[in-house]
Amino acid sequence: MGLDFTVIPKYFDIILLGCAYTIGITVAAAILSFFGGIVFAVIALYAPWIIRQPFRMVAWMFMGTPLLLQLFLIYFGLVQVGIDLPAVVAGIIGLGLHFAVYNSELIQTAILSVDKGQMEAARTLGLSRSEALRKVVIPQAVRAVIPPISNNMIALLKDSALVSVIGVSELTLSAQRAIGATYRPFEFYLLAAAFYYVINLGMEWVQRRIERRISISR
Amino acid sequence: MTDGKSFVEIRHAQKSFGKLEVLKDISLSVDRGQIVGIIGSSGSGKSTLLRAINDLDPLTGGEVWLDGVRVNQTLPHRAYEKHINQMRQQVGMVFQHFNLFPHMTARENVSMAPIMLKGISKDEANALAEAQLDHVGMLERIDYYPSQLSGGQKQRVAIARALAMQPKLMLFDEATSALDPELVEEVNQVMRKLAEQHMTMIIVTHEMDFAASVCDRVLFMDQGVVVEEGPPEILFKTPSQPRTREFLRKHLESAK
Ligand SMILES: Nc1ncnc2c1ncn2[C@@H]1O[C@H](COP(=O)(O)OP(=O)(O)OP(=O)(O)O)[C@@H](O)[C@H]1O
Ligand SMILES: [Mg+2]
Repeated sequence: MGLDFTVIPKYFDIILLGCAYTIGITVAAAILSFFGGIVFAVIALYAPWIIRQPFRMVAWMFMGTPLLLQLFLIYFGLVQVGIDLPAVVAGIIGLGLHFAVYNSELIQTAILSVDKGQMEAARTLGLSRSEALRKVVIPQAVRAVIPPISNNMIALLKDSALVSVIGVSELTLSAQRAIGATYRPFEFYLLAAAFYYVINLGMEWVQRRIERRISISR
Repeated sequence: MTDGKSFVEIRHAQKSFGKLEVLKDISLSVDRGQIVGIIGSSGSGKSTLLRAINDLDPLTGGEVWLDGVRVNQTLPHRAYEKHINQMRQQVGMVFQHFNLFPHMTARENVSMAPIMLKGISKDEANALAEAQLDHVGMLERIDYYPSQLSGGQKQRVAIARALAMQPKLMLFDEATSALDPELVEEVNQVMRKLAEQHMTMIIVTHEMDFAASVCDRVLFMDQGVVVEEGPPEILFKTPSQPRTREFLRKHLESAK
């Protein structure tokens, strides 16, 4: 029965709304994963043993188990202990923490590879270790890992489709809904793919701008 | 002087890295406004001694005093951190490899610590950065990043950064060793200017001519001990110790 793109306009609003959800969730989770990644990295490197060890277990859980399972756990599991999160929030937290753990690995390595003289120079001026980390070491470490973190953020965009399993009508699920009504999978999946591609381009543009801004200082 | 101590007083400094004893019972006193040079071959412990003064390399034995206050005193961890941060604010240090903060402009390099630690306003910080960078002749590059500066310019910014905390004492660890020969003089000039302003300085250097021209006193170190010390005109011209003579002779040869 060939391709028929004339079915699209009627469902375009749904797709667009799905697209908005995908962008919103991705941006919120990306921000969470960025700052979470910094906090996790500092804990993993500098927190006392008593905090670091349990934290390692949690980090392992986020790296060693499927994201799908983590989303189920946060959305359905936490209800049992009285935490009833809206699906969108559960999705953002799940995605954000999952990628925070990956970002944290990158940031840890980067922190350790900042020249020792930087910490020394800051301490010599009278800064405490935490002040030196905050003003001198971490800003340099983060600048060094902007490219790989950006790759993680592209992966985050793609994995955001997984929050459809807890009922968030993001782009992929919206396409599926439209398909359910029209039996036109090819057209709507193609449309969704096109939207993902455009969002991707947008993210790359943001990444390039950030990199250009910081390149002068290195 | 408090308790009969000099402005900077090091008593029986001892430092080991594991089994390696790097400083062996070194004592040294420096008066306010004095300029002391430290020379010696590689690995003799010059940097370690300098870095003991602001506790970057804590001593394993002995005492360091600055202006009547014991630097390396025994305190509970948190109290010690507070105390040492306080002491370090009074001691400027300049490193061989500059260690400027690459993500900050010259202005930010200079004003960051005063903003953080002295709680000065943005306007005051800008005025301070301008004054300090002007002092080292770097005012026209105030908004440049370190990557946009030559080695000599970087080192001058690093000196301005240290001076912005208004230290009582400046420590220089081979401030010109990493520089191309033609850039050495601009840094030396800044140090001479500090000397004229009676800044107390301890200068580790491989430049004998410079040491001879600015230092009131020069120490020759070898294998963790001060072999000989004295005014430069005596230490360089008529050293009494064979090891000093040997070092100076070798140094003269390698300079040719
Ligand atoms: N952190 C450290 N751990 C172990 N050994 C060290 C450490 N720092 C210095 N040393 C050793 O201590 C000795 C003295 O080093 P130091 O850097 O004080 O010498 P120096 O006189 O400054 O030499 P140079 O002229 O090469 O700078 C050397 O043998 C060095 O290898
Ligand atoms: Mg040295």
